[in-house]
This record gives sequence, C-alpha cells and structure tokens, in this order.
Amino acid sequence: MTFLEYAPAPESKAILKLKPEYGLFIDGKFISGHGKPFQTISPSTEDPIATISCANEQDVDVAVSAARRSYEHIWSRLNGAVRGKYLFRIARLIQERSRELAVAESWDNGKPIKESRDVDIPLVAAWFFYYAGWADKLDYAGLGADPQPFGVAAQVIPWNFPLLMLAWKIAPALAAGNTVVLKPAETTPLTALLFAEILEQADMPPGVVNIITGAGETGRLLVNHPDVNKVAFTGSTAVGREIARAVSGTHKKLTLELGGKGANIVFEDAPIDQAVEGIVNGIFFNQGHVCCAGSRLIVQESIHDDLIERLKSRLSTLRLGDPLDKNTDIGAINSPAQLERIKALSSAGEVEGATRWSADCVMPAKGFWFPPTIFTNVSTSHSVARDEIFGPVLSVLTFRTPAEAIAKANNTPYGLSAGIWTDKGSRILAVADELRAGVVWANTFNRFDPSSPFGGYKESGYGREGGRHGLLAYLKSGAPATFKRSEKQVPTSASPVKAIRRSRMTKRVV
Amino acid sequence: MSHMMIPKTYKLYINGTFVRSESGRSYQVFDKNHVFVANVAMASRKDARDAVVAARSAFSSWSGASAYNRGQVLYRIAEILEGRREQFIAEILQAEGGGRANAALQVNETIDTWVWYAGWADKYAQVAGNTNPVTGPYFNLSVTEPTGVVSVIAPKRPSLLGFASAVAPVLVSGNTVVVIASQPHPLPALSLSEVLATSDIPKGAVNILSGNPAEISPWLASHADINAIYLIGAGDLNWADLQASAAETLKRVVPPEADNDIASRSLERILAFTEIKTVWHTKSLS
Repeated sequence: MTFLEYAPAPESKAILKLKPEYGLFIDGKFISGHGKPFQTISPSTEDPIATISCANEQDVDVAVSAARRSYEHIWSRLNGAVRGKYLFRIARLIQERSRELAVAESWDNGKPIKESRDVDIPLVAAWFFYYAGWADKLDYAGLGADPQPFGVAAQVIPWNFPLLMLAWKIAPALAAGNTVVLKPAETTPLTALLFAEILEQADMPPGVVNIITGAGETGRLLVNHPDVNKVAFTGSTAVGREIARAVSGTHKKLTLELGGKGANIVFEDAPIDQAVEGIVNGIFFNQGHVCCAGSRLIVQESIHDDLIERLKSRLSTLRLGDPLDKNTDIGAINSPAQLERIKALSSAGEVEGATRWSADCVMPAKGFWFPPTIFTNVSTSHSVARDEIFGPVLSVLTFRTPAEAIAKANNTPYGLSAGIWTDKGSRILAVADELRAGVVWANTFNRFDPSSPFGGYKESGYGREGGRHGLLAYLKSGAPATFKRSEKQVPTSASPVKAIRRSRMTKRVV
Repeated sequence: MSHMMIPKTYKLYINGTFVRSESGRSYQVFDKNHVFVANVAMASRKDARDAVVAARSAFSSWSGASAYNRGQVLYRIAEILEGRREQFIAEILQAEGGGRANAALQVNETIDTWVWYAGWADKYAQVAGNTNPVTGPYFNLSVTEPTGVVSVIAPKRPSLLGFASAVAPVLVSGNTVVVIASQPHPLPALSLSEVLATSDIPKGAVNILSGNPAEISPWLASHADINAIYLIGAGDLNWADLQASAAETLKRVVPPEADNDIASRSLERILAFTEIKTVWHTKSLS
C-alpha cells in the first residue's frame, strides 16, 4: 500500500428502503404507466436498482390533466404564504433524509458520494428553502404588483445532477404558483421518485407535482402537450433546438439551459496552486458531466509547461472507483452511451493531432469508466476545442495577450460559463466584462447557490435559474399584455387623438 | 414663379450609408389615396446579410459606449426629430392620412418615446441587476448586458411611432439592429435614417431595410450571426415558421404581442433583449 492507497470506506446502502418497482407519480398517487417498463442500473456495477414505469401518451395526458386541475382548483388559489410553507416543509424533509438521498443519487448516477453528500443534496435543500421564502413576496420580484404564474409547467431534466436539477425546476415553479409535470432522465429516475415520497410526507395537495418517467419520447409528448403553458428544459443543445422548434407559434413560455464549452483563462500571475485546484474542480467534478464545466483551459504561454506538469501531478493523485466510497474523487460515467461519446470525441482529438495524456488509473472490471484526460497542442479548430464532450476531458489552448484570451474564450457558439485566474482585480473586471457567458467565476469555479442566477448566452440557452432572475422564468407581469403599459400613450387605432383624450379624461376621473 | 418639387430618392440605410438594393429592385409606394409617391429600394437577401455584417461590426462600439453616452445619443435623435417635425408630419399624413392633428401627435409621441428610452440607458441595469447573498467568501453580482445583434420587424402602423417603439428599447442597452420597416408606409422610417445618420450613433448600429418582410425575414430568422428576433410587427406573417427557424440557432424570440399595444413604452421591452451575467469574485484578506 502506497501513501496514496486507502482502505475501502463505502457508504452503506442499508439506509435505502427502495421498492423493486416504481410507478408514475400522478395526482398524488403512484400508478403504473402504459409504456414499456425499464430498469435503472448502477453505472459503477451495472447491477439493476429498480424497475421503472414508462409514461406513454395517455399517461402524459393524465398527468397534465392532474396538474391543470390542481392549478385551477388548488394551487393558484392558495395564498403565497401557504405555498411557501409547503416548500419549507419539503426543504426540511430533504435535510432529514439527506444521507439516504445522497446514497441513492450516487448509486443511480455514479457520482462520488462526497459530491452528492456535500454538494448536490445540501443545494437541493437550500434551493427549496430559498424559493419557499419568495412565494409570498412575488410583488417584489421585479414585475410590478400581482405577477401571475403561467399555469402548468412541463419540466424535463438531465442525468448529471438528477435531484439538484429537479430542485432548480420545481422550487421556483411552485413558489410562483405554477403546477408541475416533471420528467427525470431515464438513466437517473431514482431520486425523483424518492422525492415523490417526500411530497407525500409533506402532505402536498395531489396533482401539484407530477413525476413521470420514461425516455426521450415521453419528454417529447410532455413538452408538446397542448395544455402546457410553460416548458423548462435542461440538457443538450440538440434537444433544446428541437424543443424550441416544437413550441414555436404556441405562446408557451420557454426556458432552456443547454450545453457549454466553458473557457477557464489562467494568466501568468494567477495563484498557481489555487488555479490547479480550480481547473481540476472545473472539469473533473462530477466526471465532467457538467454543462458549465471548464472544458477549455486557456493558459498564458509563459506558464503553460509548468501548469501542465502540476496538473498531471495533481490528477495522478485522484482516486477513481466506487462512487459510494467516501475517498473516491472520480466516479463512473453515467451510461454506456455517454462513455461511447467521450471515447469517440477523444479519439477524434488524437486523430486531429492533439496530444493526449490520461491519468494512470486502474479501471474497475465492471461499469463505465473513463480516466481524467488532458489534451495539449490543441488548436481552436480541433473538435476537442469546439464540441461539448461532457466527460473528464480537458483541452488546453494558449494565449499571449489578454485580447487573445478573450477572443479564444468567446470563439464558441456556446456561452454558459467561464473562469478567470489572475491576482489583478482590475483585470478580472475588465475580462469579465468582455466574456459572452452567463456565469463567470473569478479565482474559483463551479460554485452554485440558490440566490445566484445561472444560465447561458447564445446557444447555451435562455432564461435563468436561481435567484430573483430564476423566479422570473415562472412569472408573468400582472397586466394582461405580454408587456405592461407603463404610461398612457398613443394607441394604434385610427383616431389616436380621441383615444388619448379619452384616456386623459379617465385619468382625471380616477 | 412656382418652384418645381424635387422628389427624394428613398434608399436602404446600411452601415451608415444610403444604398440602393444590390438586387437593383424597387417597389412602388402609394399615399393614402393610392397615388404614387416613390420607388423605394426593395431589399434582397444579400442586403439583409450586409446589414447583419454591419450590425455585428458595430456591436462592440455601441455596446462598449458608456451608458451615459448611449443615453445622450438617443436623446439627440429626439432633438433632431424635433427640428424636422414638419417633414415627418407631412410624411405620416401622406402615408396614413387621419388628419394633421393625429400625425402631429404621432410625431410628438415618437419624440417622447426616444426621450423616455434615452433616460433608461444608465438606469435599467440598476433596476434589473442585483447582488446575490451567496454562501461562502464570494462577492456575487448579476448584471444585464445587451443580447447582441437583434432583428426587428417593425409594425406597419403607426409608421413612425411603431418603428421607434420597436427599435428604441432594443437599442438602448447596446444591441445593434437590423430593422425591416413598414412595407406599405416605409417613408417615415427611411427618413428617420437621415436623423440617425446625424445623431452620433455608430455606423451600422441601426440598419433599415425596406421591402417585403415575408421575403426577407426568413433569412434573418435563420441567420447564424443574429442573436434575437423581435416579431412585434410580424402578426400577419407566418411568424410561427420564423420562430421555428430561429430555434436552429437558439435565438431569443419575442413574438407579436397579444394586445397589439404597439406604442407602449416598457422596461420589459428593454429587458427582453438583455442577458444576465453573474460574476463570482473570491473574497480574501491574504
């Protein structure tokens, strides 16, 4: 045993009380779906965890009807303070069951338990706690008095942060007064179904939150359902495009949180040890299955060699393996399909001429694994510098001047995240101004907070999640129009003068 | 001795210059009594693409101008309009009819619209942005920024006020625009380009196309270098197809407004064409 080896320290699965089968959670009850059931498996062992129902068209319709009923008759009629109290209850129940949720998440998703335990689940609780407080304060959200919910929200979430993405979607939707039909990803449905049990424990009125499971087809049926008023999606840019096309002409309110190819810019005066930790966190956190990952390292030429040496040395200490082991740094790739994609893009990187280096990890015999990998000698035209890999693969580019760093960082159709590492405060502010990205981390990376808006520029999507701005994705102005009338002005009718006079008179009378 | 009138040649306004359509096409514009007024340039796909190139080049200078400066430039548009009000009243009257008082009122409201938005230039960011009380040693700030290049389909009527009500809120935050003017009544908007040309707004920040929106707008909706499309005047076009086409590049799309209150002034119109950027800064004594 070298000093790097640790005795196994697995978190026990005994805390879980899973059912062998899970139905769809519709109108406050678990019911069987009419689609073909599927299994959710552990990506680290390939062992089956549970059998999951699949919602077909009929089930989606039942779920949307339940959400509509509960919107009309229950949720939109409750006052904000009561809605808030339900959300506070949920936040507390999540805290109480946090270890169980963390174990379920790591088992089903493959992410290290230290991440699900210390990052995902605490943020889930914080997200509900934050938005709970908004529910009776919507007049202060920035849309004027008495803003209104949209109605029924269709929400489709990805597999990389299953329960956290659920919280990002459900907490603001409910606080604003919408009801929800949510579809978790087909490879990671488990914690959403445990969340349904939490809704039961919270005595949530039936139909306010409905959880339907299935693959892409179920999601397609949900977002295309004519009785849905709001669509929120987090996932790939390709699917985001498809959804944007599908809702066009419908007046459904749409928010999209899509892919990224985040630039992590390191200047020569950066605090180098912190930068190394930040780069590692930026791209190897959650196996790189992070839409805002810092997947492009853009480093000043003068420190390139030194930084790469330090990175390789640091990566060689990362422990890859059992996600439930408390010492694990790198868990399993979520699915065989994702592993294939990572392998294909990495091979393309080599073929195109970039230099590949992978940490020397022992891969477990079963499950889906990919070692932390760095590409150097990357040019801006290489596919590893352009395509989102969504895996533990870092592409390294260099720059000489700040202007070149900014140009390279912005040279992407994406615009989700970026990082800046330098000791010079004025440079941080100037570079942050120039980056076309929705979230910029200065001397840190991959920080999240329920009060902080998150979302992209350009093809990384639109709308924000988190903070006051995240609430606005689920609210419309109280005035009947899309845009409220700020002052009385010329109407567009044939006789504006008369109309103006009328409106002035009305004003005087009032 | 009577003066023989010299009719004006109405051209497109692209990259700060007045140009005929590269296609050589024009179309006839008639007054309210269906009497011929002018042959107006009929913009082509190529003209639209040239306008996008101009708008993209102007983005850094216009969005990079100080908020105070952008406010002054928008205010200057109002000043110059004020000096030329008689010309615009005559053009509106000729195109839309409805009496002199209404035309004058439309010019007044247009001037006031530019002034109203001018005043927002250095304020909207304060109203729409905020600090965020995150957990941990970070200073966290959310600020608004312009979305980029925005394509606008201006309303048919009111020809001048509709144009200003659609363009001013997009422009104020630093976006640059490519506008398709009212097809039946393009002359007030094309004359406004003369105002813009002397207003100190950077060349290319506003580009005005006259022509058939049904022909040009699909090229703009699918153009990869446009970030958002404002369909305020597209109510009678097949705007669902435009929105679907815009989805290919994930443009922000603001559909035609339900109540058709084209001339309303609102902060939300400004914010519809902005992005929220959130910056996390570490805090440390060492």
